[in-house]
Parts: sequence; C-alpha cells; structure tokens
Amino acid sequence: MWEYTDKVKDHFLNPRNVGEIEGPDGIGEVGSMACGDALKLAFKLDENGKIADARFQTFGCASAIASSSALTEMLKGKSLEEAEQITNEDIADYLGGLPRQKMHCSVLGRDALKKAILNYRGEVEVQPEGNLVCECFGVTDKQIEEAVRENNLRSVEDVTSYIKAGGGCENCHGDIQKIINDVYQRAGDEPPKQKKLTNIEKIKKVEETLEREIKPALRKDGGNIELVDVDGDTVYVKLIGTCATCTASELTLKTYVEQKLREFVTPELVVEEVRQ
Amino acid sequence: MNDVIYMDNNATTRVAPEVVEEMTPFFSEYYGNPSSMHTFGGMVGRKIEEAREKVAALINADPGEIVFTSCGTESDSSAIWGALKANPHKKHIVTTRVEHPAIKNLCEHLEKTGYRVTWVPVDREGRLDIDYLYGSLSDETAVVSVMWANNETGMTFPVEQIARAAAERGIVFHTDAVQAVGKIPVDVKAFPVNMLSLSGHKIHAPKGVGALYLRKGTKFSPFLIGGHQEGGRRGGTENTASIIGLGRAAGLAAEHLASGADRLRGLRDRLEAKIMENIPNTLLNGAKDMRVPNTVSVSFEYVEGEAILLMLDQLGICASSGSACTSGSLEPSHVLRAMGVPFTAAHGSVRLSLSRYTTEKEVDFVAEHLPGIIERLRQMSPYWKGAASRTV
Repeated sequence: MWEYTDKVKDHFLNPRNVGEIEGPDGIGEVGSMACGDALKLAFKLDENGKIADARFQTFGCASAIASSSALTEMLKGKSLEEAEQITNEDIADYLGGLPRQKMHCSVLGRDALKKAILNYRGEVEVQPEGNLVCECFGVTDKQIEEAVRENNLRSVEDVTSYIKAGGGCENCHGDIQKIINDVYQRAGDEPPKQKKLTNIEKIKKVEETLEREIKPALRKDGGNIELVDVDGDTVYVKLIGTCATCTASELTLKTYVEQKLREFVTPELVVEEVRQ
Repeated sequence: MNDVIYMDNNATTRVAPEVVEEMTPFFSEYYGNPSSMHTFGGMVGRKIEEAREKVAALINADPGEIVFTSCGTESDSSAIWGALKANPHKKHIVTTRVEHPAIKNLCEHLEKTGYRVTWVPVDREGRLDIDYLYGSLSDETAVVSVMWANNETGMTFPVEQIARAAAERGIVFHTDAVQAVGKIPVDVKAFPVNMLSLSGHKIHAPKGVGALYLRKGTKFSPFLIGGHQEGGRRGGTENTASIIGLGRAAGLAAEHLASGADRLRGLRDRLEAKIMENIPNTLLNGAKDMRVPNTVSVSFEYVEGEAILLMLDQLGICASSGSACTSGSLEPSHVLRAMGVPFTAAHGSVRLSLSRYTTEKEVDFVAEHLPGIIERLRQMSPYWKGAASRTV
C-alpha cells in the first residue's frame, strides 16, 4: 500500500481538467505504455499570452494521474515564462509530497510541460545527447547526470525513483553509480553520504523537512510542530495543538519526526521535545 | 472494516473461526512446552501430533513425513538447502521462470554462489515447456523444484509427470504447493514427490506456520539447527497454538475439497465470465482449464493496475495486481513477463482470488463495479480513444 497524501488521493479520485483541447496552442506527449506511464498535456493561451486552459490524458498509477491533474491546475493563469519555471519538485510539493519511489510521476509532468512549450514555439526538442545507459527505459548518461544534479540525488535507488533508470534488468547500476560519483567529484564535493553538513545547512534542511514531510501529516490530525533550536545533532521541537496533548506524542516524535529527519537530513539526528 | 469484500485470498486468508477456537486455549491455559516431561507439557505434544495427522491426511502422507515450519518460505528453503546438502557434488538446479520469490530469489542467490540453474520457460498461456525441462535433467542435477500452482495466474503444472521423470534419474523433486493445497486434491502417494511445501495462512490457518512434507527415505539435513524438535528435522520450540490451528484448518480444507470446491469454481467462473463479457479489451491470463478453481487473473489494456486497485479499494474491494507500480519496482510481474504478456497489458493486470467464504453477492458486486472503474480510467488514458475506435 502506498502512502499518499489526501491531496494526491483527491486529485486521483477527482482529477481536474481531463481531456483534450480543440485547437491547442501547445501539446506535449511523454512516456509510453511499455514504460508504465504516459502523459499527453495540452494548453491554450488567452489574448494576454497567459494559459487559459490546460488539459491532460494520463495512462498510469494514482500518483501519475494526480501529478497531471495538479500540473494543469498550476498552469492556469500563468505566462509561458512562469510556467517554464515549474519543476518536478513544485508539482510534488503542490500535492503535499509524493512517495520517493513515485517522484518519476512528477518528472513526467515536467517533461510533458517542457515539450508542450517547445511545441508552441515551433521548436524541435533537442534530443538528449549522450550514450544510452539504461536500455530498459531508454535513459542516457546526460539525462541521469542532469537528474542527479537538479534533484541532488545520492544513490542508484534515488535515480530509479526519479527517472526510472536502473529499474529494469539492473545491469546498468554500476554505470549509474559511476555517474553519481563523477557529478559529486566534479562539484568538489565529497562522495555521497559522507558529506558533513554545516550548521546552517543542517538547520535549513531540518526546516525544509519539517515543512514538506512532517507538518502536512501532523496537520491532518489537528496538530503541528515548531522548531525551537538545533544544537549539534540534537533537534529541539515543540508540539502544538492536538499533538501536544496526545498521549502518543512521544511515539510521534521518535518514530515519525525523528525518522523523517534522519532520512532527509542526516542519520545522526536526535529529536527532543521542549515542553512549556 | 466489516464492509470489506476480500478477493485477495492468494495473498492471505481469513483465519477460520473454528481454527481460532481450537487455538485459543493453547496461549494462556495450556501453554506447556511440548518437549517437557510433565503431563502439562506432554498434553500439548499430543495435540501437535493430532495436528500432524490431520495435515498428513490432507495430502495423503504419513504423519511422520510432516515437518512443521514457520511459513511456506521456510519450507521451500529447507527443501532446497536440504537437497543440496544431501548431494554436495551435484551443482545443477532445475526450476521455472514463474516461481514465487521464495524459490526464485533463493535460486538466483545460489546461482551467484556457483550453482547452475535452469529456468524452464512457459508459453503465452502459462503452460510449462515440459520438454525443455526433461532436456535439462542430467547427472549433475541435484534438485528439481516446480511449483504446483502459480500464485498470480492460478496455473497448475504437471508435477506428477515431472516427479516421475526426476525419480527415474534419481533426482530429488520438490514442489512448492502453497497455492495448491486446500484448493485442489493433493495425493503424495500417487507420485514420487520427495518434498512439498505448504503454508498455513493460505488455507485459513494463521500466518507464521507452514509445513514441509518430507518423503520417507529422502536424504535431508535440517535448515534450522537446534533442539530435537520435529524429529531432529527442524530445531526450535514449536509454534504450538498455530500448529494446532493448522491441523484444524487442514481438516476444514479436506471437508471443503469434498463438498465446496464446485461451488467455488462456479463463483470464479461467474465472475470471470461477467468481466470478460462486460469489459472490452480484456485478456485472460492463463489457460482456462488448467487453473486452481479460486483464481482469476485478467489484464485490462490501456489502464494501469495500481490505479484500478485504489479505485476498487474505495469500494472496499481487496484485489492485487502484477503491475510495476504495485510490485514496488518499475517492471511488471516476472510471471506475466515470462508468459510474454505484452507490457501494455501486464501493467493493467488484476488478480482476484476467492475463498470458501466468498459469496455470490460479493462476486456480483465486483462484477457490477469493475466495468465502470475501467471505463473511467480509460477515459483518462491517452491510448484509449484510438484503441476503442479500432475495436468497435
């Protein structure tokens, strides 16, 4: 069972803007049935050059349908320049987050959008150069490199979650790992995982993770959480609302908040509650 | 959760109320260790022997040939490791491309440690290429392991023929019968099978208990080394309550096979017929008349399985899928791929598996709602319009 946010479920069960547009200004198709998901995105502009209508047709799982639906909502009213700025992370954020293994669904949305805009401008998509690495899903080294850079991916598993590469026969796992290593070495970075965060980075990442991963879940139960301080590897937080009075709050802290922070920030973190 | 319509019985089954009743006293009341010298423990030991007799009776084995384990996977691992240890000079294993991960992943692991594995293919309808299998047998072969019934499609394999071919060459034959026992008659005296795995939770006993049938005279060494339990064939204190539950479940399964199997087959056929009739562009996975009577596996073209399951879930219907998204990987099930089901259809596969508790009302409810769900998803799919106009 996948853990989807309420927003993902809502967009899956009540998808917005399904269908086609007659005489669209731009249209983009990505994916294939063999890959397991595909999206056809179309938009129409108004006289001011803003997106008046956007519609989609999707073959795929719940998160692929939800990502497409969310994207059409995000597009309406935007100029093409604004629309171009939308990243796959934005789509995922709009939905309150996607399970990591499903991030490729948001990438699908971004890619369809890119293609649709190119189509409007009458430009031909620049075929990704580079050499084919993942033969199962037709992904090149350049595409992997780009995904690693843009999304700060750290493992082969991450790459598979975002762009599917390596999700088939697994023969290319060695090559993908090599690309990841190269990206971080060139960036003057230390190899993945051993990277030590500065205090500022740590606090920033803790805040981001609280906002993106933890708060939406707690709010569902009428609670919330506030960051009080970060001292070394100890994160001090205050639980608010129903969380504060909930008898299971200790459990929430240790099993949920700490786990998420360790996953997304650094595995050494310890969470402590500050009580009034 | 009373409103659940449970059509995922190949994943696990409801523990029968009679089984729960039988087990209950053995937690807090009769909690003795069956190995103890005192009467209090010995009494539990006797109940375990009764359970052994019932499980043996279900597959026509002698009670002494039944070894209780913790699950089907343990039974499978015990069987394969046992056969390999008994034949240390033979480095070849024969199995199929559609085994459950309990055998598949074990054999892949062994392949990495120096064993040669022959993966026997299946055809488009899931029938085993038996000549390929015969051709692969040699003096080098330590064990042949072929599942009796496939968990995804319900396809059964000719294990009797294969067992004979193996026996003629002096090769150990094992069958993973987890999906066959309780669904079709199993008689281990009718053919020379050396080892057979079964699992409790697929036949209305609890999770965490299984059994390995070990034919008298088959060389074996224990997988779990420890105490003298199970005649020295499996160390570890017995899961007493669950074993006693498995005994009761085996008795109930035998009754069901004698009196209820036709009804179950009828329900499955009814469901299958309605689906095939009312939903266009649907493929049946598996040869119609070679399957266990509770399973239907279908592929709906142009839609994706996870989306179907979540929509069914909204109605309280529990099913499963071989689609990539539900397997947690990016490729559809190895079983459907081995059968050569096109990716386009494999992604939209759904398995419905019934039990003796399934009612006609439930079958009709699923048959009534499934077409709408598929239609809704197809309306969203970019491939459907073109396909629909071609087929109408």
